[in-house]
Parts: sequence; C-alpha cells; structure tokens
Amino acid sequence: MAEKLLEVRNLTTGFLTEKGFVKATDRISINIEKGKTLCLVGESGSGKSVTSLSIMRLIDYAGGVILEGNINFKGQDLAAKKQEELKEIRGNQISMIFQDPMSALNPVFTVGEQIAESLRLHQNKNKDEAWKEAVELLRMVGIPSPEIRAKQYPNQLSGGMCQRVVIAIALAAKPELLIADEPTTALDVTVQAQILELLQDLKEKLGTSILLITHDMGVAAEMADHIAVMYAGAIVEQGTVEEIFANPSHPYTVGLLQSIPGFEGERGGELYTIKGTIPGLGNLPQGCRFNPRCPHVMDKCRQVEPGDIQIGAEHKTKCWLYEDQAKVAAAGKGEHIHG
Amino acid sequence: MAKNLVEVNNVKKYFPIHKGLLNRVVGNVKAVDDVSLTIREGETFGLVGESGCGKSTLGRVILRLQSATEGSVKINGRDVHSLSNRDLNKMREEMQIIFQDPFGSLNPRFLVKDVIGEPLKIHTKMSAKEIDERVVELMKMVGLDPTRRNRYPHEFSGGQRQRIGIARAIALKPKFIVADEAVSALDVSVQSQVINLLMRLQKEMGLTFLFIAHGLNVVRHISDRVGVMYLGKMVEVGETESLYASPLHPYTAALLSAIPLPSPTKKRNRIVLQGDVPSPANPPSGCRFHTRCPFAQEKCSQVEPKLVEVLPGREVACHFPIGVEGGSDLSKLQ
Repeated sequence: MAEKLLEVRNLTTGFLTEKGFVKATDRISINIEKGKTLCLVGESGSGKSVTSLSIMRLIDYAGGVILEGNINFKGQDLAAKKQEELKEIRGNQISMIFQDPMSALNPVFTVGEQIAESLRLHQNKNKDEAWKEAVELLRMVGIPSPEIRAKQYPNQLSGGMCQRVVIAIALAAKPELLIADEPTTALDVTVQAQILELLQDLKEKLGTSILLITHDMGVAAEMADHIAVMYAGAIVEQGTVEEIFANPSHPYTVGLLQSIPGFEGERGGELYTIKGTIPGLGNLPQGCRFNPRCPHVMDKCRQVEPGDIQIGAEHKTKCWLYEDQAKVAAAGKGEHIHG
Repeated sequence: MAKNLVEVNNVKKYFPIHKGLLNRVVGNVKAVDDVSLTIREGETFGLVGESGCGKSTLGRVILRLQSATEGSVKINGRDVHSLSNRDLNKMREEMQIIFQDPFGSLNPRFLVKDVIGEPLKIHTKMSAKEIDERVVELMKMVGLDPTRRNRYPHEFSGGQRQRIGIARAIALKPKFIVADEAVSALDVSVQSQVINLLMRLQKEMGLTFLFIAHGLNVVRHISDRVGVMYLGKMVEVGETESLYASPLHPYTAALLSAIPLPSPTKKRNRIVLQGDVPSPANPPSGCRFHTRCPFAQEKCSQVEPKLVEVLPGREVACHFPIGVEGGSDLSKLQ
C-alpha cells in the first residue's frame, strides 16, 4: 500500500446550538495516500464541508469544536495543535479551494498580487520574485496571456478563470495536500470539464494528494482513486472507486447511484427514489441512521448502530446486511470475498 | 401528430446598456436573439445551455413575464404579447411557471395554504371553504401532508418547498407550465422524487412542459424533444434520443461530452472547449460559436448559419454539422 499522507481517526465535530450539542460529523475515519485522490461524496447537510474544515482546523472559526479524534498529517496531530502552529501548515503544506471562486478572491487586489502575497508569506520571496512566479503560476493553470491577466482584478475575469486563479494561489506553496470543496459546482459543465482536467494534470505533475468534496457521482467517478460516501454526518461506505461503482453495498450508496438519470438506455420511466428525506442532525434515528429510509431495514437496524464492516480489500460499509459476510471472511483468515 | 400548443416566432429580447451622464443607450445585451420553436400539446420540451445563454429569459418571455423586443409567442392560438392586460390575466390561468429556487420563490410571510390558494383566490370565485378543500386535494396530489397547510414555508425542506411551488402552479389546471430549473437546486435523492412527480402530473393532467435545465441527464430523462441554446441562439433542436446519440452541432457534442459519467470504467472522448462563453453584449460575428469551435472554418466567422432541418426531425444551425455529408468529423479531433 502506498504511503499515507493524512490519516483521520474518529473525527467528531460538533456545534453548540440552542438545543444542545449537535454532532455534524460522527467518528469519521479516512486515509489519503500520497499522490492519490479521495472523494468525499454526499448530499447537502451530510457533513462533507465540516469534515474538510475540521482537517484544516478552520472549523474553530466557524463556531465548531472538535470533540474527539485525531488528524495525523505526516506524523503530526493537527487536532491537538494551536492555531498559531497551524499557520505553518495551512497554505504551505495543506491548502484549500472553495466552491465559489468569485467570493474567495479579494475584489480590491489584482489577481497577480493575491498570488504573490501567498508566495511572500509562505516562501519568503521578495516582491519581484513573487510577481514573476505568480505570472508563471497563472501560465501553469492555463490562463492565456498571464502577464496581462495578472494585472487585472477578479471582476474582470470569468468564473472559470477565477477558479484557475484560486487554484494557482492554492498551489503557490506546492502543498502536499489540496482540499477542494465542490470546486466546480458553481461552474458550467464545459468549464467544469476544463477545471477537472487541470486538477488531474496538476496532480500528476506535482504529485499532490487531493481531498475532493463533491455531490456529483460523475465527478467522483472521474477524479477519485478512493471514495467515501457520507450520510447524515457519518461515512457509511468507503472503498476504491472501482469497488464503490462496481459493487456498491450500502443501501444508501445503491439508492444514490440508482436515482441518477442515465445517458443511455431507457428514459421516461419512473426513476428510483430513496423515500423520505435526510434527518436533521439534531434528531438522528436510533440505530442505523439510514434505517427510516432503507428498503432492507431489519429489527436490528432500528436498535443498534452498525460499525465498519470489512467486505473487500479496502472496502468497508456500515450496514448489518453484511455482518455474516464479514464473519465468513474472518473465518477464512483474512481472505477477501472479492477484489 | 398532436397540434402545436406553443409557437414562438423570431423572438428577440434585448436589454439596453445605459452609460454616461445622459444615460444614453450604448448597446444591447442580446439575451435572446431571433429564436423560434414550437412545442406540441402534451410533450415536454427540454431547453439546455450554459448559464447566460438566455434559456431562462426565453422562458419568461414566452409567459410574458418579460416583454419581447421583437417577435411573437402564440399559446393555444392566441398571441400572448398582444393581449390586453385583462385578457392576459385570464390567459395566465392556462400558463404557469415553477421557479428554480424553492427558498426565494415562496413568500415567507404566507402560510402554505395561502401560497397554494392564492391563484384560486385571484382567478376563481371559489369560497374560502372550497379553496381550502382544493388546497388539501392539491397537497395530496404533490405528496405533501395536508395537515401541515397552516405552516410557513420555512418549516419545509427544499424538496417539499419545490412541491409547494408545483402545487401552486397546477392549482388552476393550466395547460402549459414552464419549469425553470425546477430540480436543479435539489439533491439527487430528492431530485428523482420531484422528477417522478412532474412526470406523473403530466400524465394525469395532460400538461405541456417547457423544461429548462442545465442538468443534461435530467433533461434526457424527462423530455421528448430538446433544444440547445448558445449565446441567445437556438443552435440545435431534435428528438431527445437521436440528439443525445448523435449530436449534429459541435457545441451540443462538446456539452454532452463534458458531463462526467457516474462510472469509472466508461470514459468519454471528451471535447474540451477552450476559453469561456463570449459576452452577449458583443457576440462574435457569423456563427456565435466559431471562437470556441474545434471545427471552425473561414465561413463560420463571416456568415451566420440558420436553423435548418438537415435530417428528419433534426434541426441545426451550423455550416458543417457533424455526421452530415460535407460536415465536421468528430474522429478527426483525436
């Protein structure tokens, strides 16, 4: 197995509300290997963004508290560090791209200045060097005539170009981990295709690991090496991209994949639906958090919450349906059922 | 063949750009520029394109929520844009709209029963009791719990609010509904519920839809015919299946190839377009797509192509459509 860059164990983040403490993420465990992409997939309110903000420890500023767990990044526990110490890591070794490129940039500075600022802060470059490199970075992210564009303000650039600028800022310090929170959601499909291609290129060229957060299964299929599916604050299934798509096992993952209208085959028929809606994080059902919507619900599901059940080499699911399979696998002394 | 319910002829919608001390008009944003289309009774016409291509403006102009700069729109044989205010009000019973944002389109100070009942109050002479009965019936139809009609919109989730918007739109039993990005703001699992609802209502009530969306897979699922817009122009119209299987316009081909497939093993040969959509205030000469088109030739920058039928049931505005004799060849790209 490749070297692990980031190891998150049992990360639980909560917010204090009028109704008491609400857990936005519940014992999240993920690994990101060097040079690989992990996609965090889920619907709105599933806790994807809270997870990414927790890893960056930006959650402290959003009113959240890390209650439990550790975030091991190259042997250091980010969850235990002081904000002061994190400045060394943030932007330098881990950087982040947000959803809306327009609001991520400062409207009163030119884009070149904003990239150069990142270089000056993190790499102690002087003004001229920083500017020269900013122009080079703009060239690298595929902006035509970067010398001219560097002197322009964000409002003079289109959404796709702004996102390229944001990527350039994120990559300025050559980080080892790039966290991209829905980087293409605000963009049109043809521009999305450009940005995804750019991210894939940069990953190969620079060997950066990526944590990509998306609600789009298509984007995940295209970009990911590994996928973690989130539902109501917990990761319900994770595995390699092939395992998840060829052999989805958690009923939520199966439902999610079946609800997407396809590009081939029959159309106009009734679409598969997952009945009901996502429960509020303040009032999760007892037992498995998916049980009120699950088509395979059993008595056990309503009482006891399932833990991670290993069903493949790297494939884990939180569902009682696979309990016996896991026992069989254990009896076979670690022989995998598939994969 | 069913008769045409909606006929849009050469519609233009320009928004003037004012500038300077005297607020002179210095130019126009050509949001919709000479678009014609017909929608048959009982069908769903899907309208796709990237943001800023004018698809929402076209939807609004068709319903006369905005006036057209030029051209005419006929719904059920009547010219919507030449009606008097009184006749237009009457006409509104037959044409309704469902908006994209389920949070912005419902008045937060209205109870749900008032949101759904308002069109009945304005357009019919029903008594309060009759309206209430109809609201209950409508809420059942769209899958909402009618006992919650005395609550405010903020107490409902995004999917439920969209159902409220749908209930309001069908309250007067209209013939024609414009669904402007009606499912785009919803999560996948909720989106499929709302799509099923719309299709069921169409069957039950014999509705005709203009379905505006940027989610191409959703449009494929729900539409009988699809129109593709680019920078205010209709560039291709065709039957859904043949349009998706073999697009004629290079833009349609690029748009379709740009969508990531939810499968890691199937990879498309992607046509990655260079650059961004040009400004509709200053569109390129000739074919508006020529600045980004991988097949552009000299003619494309000089002569504007007209939307013509090149194959049965397939219209395209391109000098060199894909897969037609003398046209562009996709295989030459790779």
